[in-house]
Parts: sequence; C-alpha cells; structure tokens
Amino acid sequence: MIVLRDLCKSFDDGNTFAVRDVSLEIAEGETLILLGSSGSGKTTTLKMINRLIEPTSGTIEVDGTNVLEQNPVELRRSIGYVFQGIGLFPHMTVEENVSIVLRLTGRPKAERRARAHELLNLVELHPDDFAERFPTELSGGQQQRVGVARGLAADPAYLLMDEPFGALDALTRDTLQQEILQLKEKLNKTIVFVTHDIFEALTLADRIAVMHDGNLEQVGTRQEILSHPATPFVQHLFEKPANQLTAFREHMK
Amino acid sequence: MSEKTVIEFVLQRFPDLLTKLGEHLILTGISTGIAILIGLPLGIWITRNIHIRGLILNFAGIVQTVPSLALLAFLLPFMGIGVAPAVVALTLYALLPIIRNTSTGLDGISPEIIEAAHGMGFTDRQRLWMVEIPLALPVIVAGIRTAAVIGVGIATLSAFIGAGGLGDFIVRGLALNNTSLILLGAVPAAILALGLDFLIGIVEKKLRRGAG
Repeated sequence: MIVLRDLCKSFDDGNTFAVRDVSLEIAEGETLILLGSSGSGKTTTLKMINRLIEPTSGTIEVDGTNVLEQNPVELRRSIGYVFQGIGLFPHMTVEENVSIVLRLTGRPKAERRARAHELLNLVELHPDDFAERFPTELSGGQQQRVGVARGLAADPAYLLMDEPFGALDALTRDTLQQEILQLKEKLNKTIVFVTHDIFEALTLADRIAVMHDGNLEQVGTRQEILSHPATPFVQHLFEKPANQLTAFREHMK
Repeated sequence: MSEKTVIEFVLQRFPDLLTKLGEHLILTGISTGIAILIGLPLGIWITRNIHIRGLILNFAGIVQTVPSLALLAFLLPFMGIGVAPAVVALTLYALLPIIRNTSTGLDGISPEIIEAAHGMGFTDRQRLWMVEIPLALPVIVAGIRTAAVIGVGIATLSAFIGAGGLGDFIVRGLALNNTSLILLGAVPAAILALGLDFLIGIVEKKLRRGAG
C-alpha cells in the first residue's frame, strides 16, 4: 500500500505550489490513475513516490515505511518506472535494456537472459526476433513495450507509469492499453498511472484521482466520478469530451 | 636533388630516422596519455559542478592560445631543458580538447536516458560507467584525436629545448641551412599526424556506430 499524507511540493520556496496538501491511499493490487492537464501536479506527485522529486512537506509511505527514510537507489530498484520518454539505453540490446535492473543488483547473466525472454514474451515481443536488436531499430510502440518489460524486470510490487503512451499514435496506444489491462489480470501489480487522457483513465482505472492546479479535486471509481463529480472542475472535465462528441454528431447530420 | 639521391639520403639516415620517430611517438604518446588521465576526470567533474566549469575551460583555453615556442621558453627557467618540460607543455596543449569534448559528450546525452537511469535505481557510479561514458565515448575519442594530432605538431618544436624527436632534423637542418635535413623531419611528422588522425578516426567511427 502507498499512502500519501498532506503532500506538498514547491519549486520556488513556497511562493507557488506544484502539489498542495495531497492525501491519498493506493491499495494493494489497484490501478490508480492520476488524471489532470499539464501543470496539474500529477507527474510531480508520481515522482515523489520514488524520490525522483523530494517533497517540500508531507510524507509518503510505501508498505508502511516512509520513503524519505529509505535509500533512494534501493527504493527505485524496488519500484518499476515507465515514462513517456521511455529512455531506452541506445548502446544496449533490447535484452540488456530489459534486464538492466538485475545487472545493477549483480544477478548472473543466465538468470538475466531467462528473465528478459520471459518478459519479452509477456509484452508480446518474440525474444528470437527482438532480444538482440538495438532500440533504434524498433518502432515507438515496440520501444514502449520494452520500456514496460524493463519496469517489470525486478518483479516489483509497484509500478509507476508516467504518461507511458502519450507519444504513441491512437491505434498503438489502444493496443498497449488493452495489454496493460491483461497484464493487470496476470500480475496483480499495484499501478499508479499518470495521464491527461480521460478515455485512457476510464479504460484503465480502478480508481481515478483528478488533479487541478496542484490540488486533488476528487478520488473515486469511474462511476462515482461520472455520476457524482465533487467539484465544478471535475464535472466540466468529463462533460467536455461528451459535449464535443454530441456537437460533432450534430455537425455530421 | 635527383630521385636516386633522395632515396640514398633517406636510407643513409634511416636508423637515425627510426630513433627520432620513436622519440617523437613516445613524447606525443606520454603527454596525450597524461592529458587523458587528467582531462577525463576533469571533464566529468565540470559537468557535475557547473560553477567551476567556466574557470577550468577558460584556463585550458588560455593555455591553448599561448604560442607553443613561448610556452616552452616559459617553462625553461622552472624545468630546464629536456624531455620533462616538453611533456609538460604537450600535456597542457592536449588538455583543452579532451576536457571540452568529455564535458560536451556527457552534456549531449538525452535527458530521457538520464531520467531512465535515475528511475531504474542506478547509483551515480553505475550511471557514469554503464551509461554516460559509453554514450559519450565517440565524442571523447574525437577530443583525444584532436589532442594527439596537435601533439605531433608541437612535439617537433620541443627539439629546440633538447627533447629529441623528429624536430631534431629540422633544428639541425635550419642550423646547417640544409633543406633535405629539414624535410627529413617535417615530412615524417606530417605523415605521422595524418596517420594518427586516420587511425583514431576509424576507432571513433566504430564507436559512433555502436552508440547508435
């Protein structure tokens, strides 16, 4: 379980807050979507969980331990991290990229190879075709599959995903979203997933946390948020695409 | 001088030529080697401490602008003559391209790759050795290439302070007003510079392909 308590982050010594008083519990095995537009504080919130960003005040507990009391390197190795930039290492093969965390912790080569092949199969990239290739030889969608496999390498209980499919075309994004749903079924990971895409949020979420201007507007299941929006912002956020669709249909008539 | 006498002239001095060529290579090799040992860590250090970056690069840049003969003369009262001051001067000249290219190479790595390394839980040392240096290596090697080529040229001048090398032929040729002797130093030095440039260039190209 991940617990955020009164979490604040200011990048300018308290003049403005990127994240303000966010409290949130993320249960074992659930997929929580942090939904918001750019500048809403969703990515900052996510990055405080694995200490890529340090909070100004407030606490984060992962499995009951304050993350600030843990060694950041150990913490990050125990939490999978997948992000929009992907950041595959261009001088390493796909297999080396996928198993890099195991190399950092000194696991033997045979074990790393076996695990990499297992994970490549899981993300539907056939190891015989892909293990020896370099990242530049892959399409954007294939690269992000490798990114997801890499995030899962150490079999972490938690997976942080920061707009992982934001740079992909709609069709590829849709396929990968479906695969994430399948992975959820198979692996039972706790996932914190950042997106600005309402449909992505509705597709993947167990619960959605809507953020706006650094504040947490509402947390709830899809039904709760759609039927009982807590603030005008949340209501507007979900009404807008529906209205657009209606307007478009009118226009087509 | 006819073709035949040129060959005779070179053959006659061939053992001497080999010795001087050897000295020249050792001078260049040692000083470039020392410059790598100093410049590489310095280049890494200044990418982590931005505020001293300007200071270090300016210092190396100023050294670079001092005419080589003047630098050798400047070292004379402190170090006398011989191989030691020549190695010091050559090392100082080789530093700038190595420091600059090391920091440029490290800076050129995309922020996504650095973020991935952070997020995966690399220690600083692992990130440096497993990601940053391998990716910056083509640029670093390009700096070593520049340093080595500059070194071969300047090493010819170190004959003026008694450090040996191909410059000896040039110094003697100038003293005796013997053009053949001058060319016996100058032509091999030029070939050596071009050869080193070509060879290290091949290494650089291979690394570039590897780094994708």
